[in-house]
Amino acid sequence: MAGQLAVRDAHVTYKLPGRRLLAAVDGVSFDLAPGEVLGLVGESGCGKSTLARAICGLEPLSSGTVTFDGQSIPTLGLRRRPAHLLRIQMVFQNPYSSLNPRRRVGDQIADGLAIAPASERSSVAQLLDDVELDRNAAGMFPHQFSGGQRQRIAIARAMGARPDILVGDEPIASLDASLQAKVATLMRDVALKNGASLLFISHDLSVVRVVADRVAVMQAGRIVETGPVASVWSAPADPYTQRLLAAIPVADGLGRLPAA
Amino acid sequence: MSRPDLQNPVPLDPALDAPTAGAATRLRFAAVRSRLRLPSAYRRPMAVIGFTIIALWFIVAIFVPWIAPFDPLAQQFDRLQPPGPVNWFGTDSLGRDVLSRTLYGARISLPLALILVVASAIIGSVLGAIAGYFGRAVDEVIMRVADLVFAFPTIILAMIVTAALGPSLTNAVIALLFVSWPSYARVMRSMVLGARSREYVVAGRLLGFSPFRSLQRDILPNVAAPVLVLATLDFGNAILLLSGLSFLGLGATPPTPEWGAMVADGVQNFSDWWLAAFPGLAIFTVVVAFNLVGDALRDSLDPRTAGAVQGVKI
Repeated sequence: MAGQLAVRDAHVTYKLPGRRLLAAVDGVSFDLAPGEVLGLVGESGCGKSTLARAICGLEPLSSGTVTFDGQSIPTLGLRRRPAHLLRIQMVFQNPYSSLNPRRRVGDQIADGLAIAPASERSSVAQLLDDVELDRNAAGMFPHQFSGGQRQRIAIARAMGARPDILVGDEPIASLDASLQAKVATLMRDVALKNGASLLFISHDLSVVRVVADRVAVMQAGRIVETGPVASVWSAPADPYTQRLLAAIPVADGLGRLPAA
Repeated sequence: MSRPDLQNPVPLDPALDAPTAGAATRLRFAAVRSRLRLPSAYRRPMAVIGFTIIALWFIVAIFVPWIAPFDPLAQQFDRLQPPGPVNWFGTDSLGRDVLSRTLYGARISLPLALILVVASAIIGSVLGAIAGYFGRAVDEVIMRVADLVFAFPTIILAMIVTAALGPSLTNAVIALLFVSWPSYARVMRSMVLGARSREYVVAGRLLGFSPFRSLQRDILPNVAAPVLVLATLDFGNAILLLSGLSFLGLGATPPTPEWGAMVADGVQNFSDWWLAAFPGLAIFTVVVAFNLVGDALRDSLDPRTAGAVQGVKI
């Protein structure tokens, strides 16, 4: 089965004012197997989003490689994205800015459908069903939907392209707490149902635990720990992971703060 | 790592997110209602006055053969008669009715100004959008040419171009086109620079949009509003410039009842005030009306004047 993503010693460096360099991603390696859900967690500013953008070709690597089915991913410049890379799609963090406010939802989802291989092409109505939205939604504009609904539309648009890899760049961070788990689970289900692997980026470990098979913990541009969710959860090896896990509030209704 | 509101967890309200048919109908109903209500920016007295004046002038321009009392070119009256019961606006130095000429002038100035504004807005926006989206060398070339045009006073440069092409209304429009596109290019370039890194534009590129398709589908519809406002405000300016060129003898040629040319005529007979005053008043009302409408349009499209914005929730 196609759709193997391999990241090898990837570095992304930003130039700061005054000749200083910031290594946003500092030597990251991992694999994403077909049909796998990998959760990438870490605090704000640790390089998660930069890594996601690099995988989509939106950020140039300063060294290292990101390959998809053995082919390296060039930075997206002013050319059209090469056809084989259309099999990597992304769902963005902010559903309020990731949909074009002036186009109907159905048309935007159809953009995704247009690049799916003909044999696997779905329909707008089918995709709306998949993300549990009403079929009438196709004729409406994004401002007529709530944040959670918009994120479903963004997921439908990305899935319409029948990607092998779906990257979720903090797709639930700007949603209400009550919706986060729901949308995250939906994203996992839709991706797996359509045969895609999912790279799910979040700073919320409790949600990642629900959706991911494997988890990678990122700190200051490096992956400090990786492994199956259950084992990382029960026996975190790295001190940073231990602190992250300890910081999850206990949902016992008493409003207990995390242990120091 | 804080989860909001842990003490008082929000109950899962299915209506919040569940896309039931009822919710969809409600949304659509609300949308129709907000579309029917005119934004408050258009209901202010000044905006209403502007719209009314423009509407009146366009009615005049269309139905002038039935409205005007006399033939604008027929030299059938005594020369230089002051306003009176027969010739309400008086007669000019060739014995033509000034009222009829002023009304017929709407047929010349309004369409030409419209063509000029639309054409320069399109040319300027396309060039500005290309400069903003592609950047680098393309940007440098287009914007330096724009700067070159900006460096000259508008009317002087237009005069030079018209003088080179020969005086006629068509050439005046071409000359003004040449000097008026850069302001649109400037505005469009800065808007596109801001828009091209938005997430829906990036999402479109990830879905395989070519740069031109991305510009056309994702960027231009979302940055068109300021250009529209600029064009409306520029309409009055276009009429002034056209009249100015005609006034200088570089636009309309003699028998044509163009407002600027009529004012120029009147200036030669300074003691007969009605010659310049009435076509001048026509220019004034059109320019003011378009500025009022432009202001209303700007207020209604600017997200910061929130109440006036149609159908946009932030």
